[in-house]
Amino acid sequence: MRLAVAYLVGLIFGVGISLSGMSNPAKVLNFFDVAGSWDPSLGFVMGGAVLISFFGYRSVLSRSQPLFEPSFSLPTRTNVDMRLASGALIFGIGWGLAGFCPGGALPAVGTGNKSVLLFVLTMTAGIIITRQLDSHFSSKSHTPLGSIKR
Amino acid sequence: MATNFTPFISLFGGALIGLAAVLIMLTLGRVMGATGILTGAIVPGSFQERAWRIAALIGMLSAPGLLYLMTGTWPEISIVVSTPMIIISGLIVGAGVTLGSGCTSGHGVCGLARLSRRSIVAVVLFMLSALSTVFIMRHILGEAS
Repeated sequence: MRLAVAYLVGLIFGVGISLSGMSNPAKVLNFFDVAGSWDPSLGFVMGGAVLISFFGYRSVLSRSQPLFEPSFSLPTRTNVDMRLASGALIFGIGWGLAGFCPGGALPAVGTGNKSVLLFVLTMTAGIIITRQLDSHFSSKSHTPLGSIKR
Repeated sequence: MATNFTPFISLFGGALIGLAAVLIMLTLGRVMGATGILTGAIVPGSFQERAWRIAALIGMLSAPGLLYLMTGTWPEISIVVSTPMIIISGLIVGAGVTLGSGCTSGHGVCGLARLSRRSIVAVVLFMLSALSTVFIMRHILGEAS
């Protein structure tokens, strides 16, 4: 049941991404190109997504527990640190270079487009390398890796 | 390359993304972040934790095919940069979302909906950063667009 639900959620997410234009790099880059061929469509994607999830979360999180789990697993960290800030800035550079973000690219792999596949493979390599470097350095110093729960 | 302004279909697609986020919270009590789902599926962890993320990934991958069956057209994907740039961008995005603990879906949708302070900061920074990057690439370095 959990797996069926997860599959369905992935499918709905992927259909939303595909319809909205988030998986089209030309459209994504034009959203950021306010001084050139600006296409504000992606503002509507974010608007629609945040609106639904804002009110949906209000209703869902008022429950005592989710349907198939004993408790909600929400990110617990609240501190804004250099790591979060630099990570967001670095992600923005990568997003602005080719027009792909993880959520836009993952469903698009299903089209069989080779450039999308190449992006997802190198992005996955980037994730793994960064985690390796991180565990290497953080064994000597401070905080372990972000709020991705393991 | 110019693209059409598509407010209605984009709003509808966005609403579906929001619906997916609400459904995963209702059923499994998790945030719907593409970064977290991909990372959780590939790094070693318990079978339970990996399995639902892999199922969600398969769901995402089946979406374009479903749309093709329903409408007869594949979602449009226009690549406007070179192959080396895609590789560089992939590595940078992978590093950024790992350090920043999330991307457009995790911080930009779920985080904003929860009014998370970390996510609000992350969204402002990655939006400004992407805006500046596109401006520099297109209008200062004059990359063909």
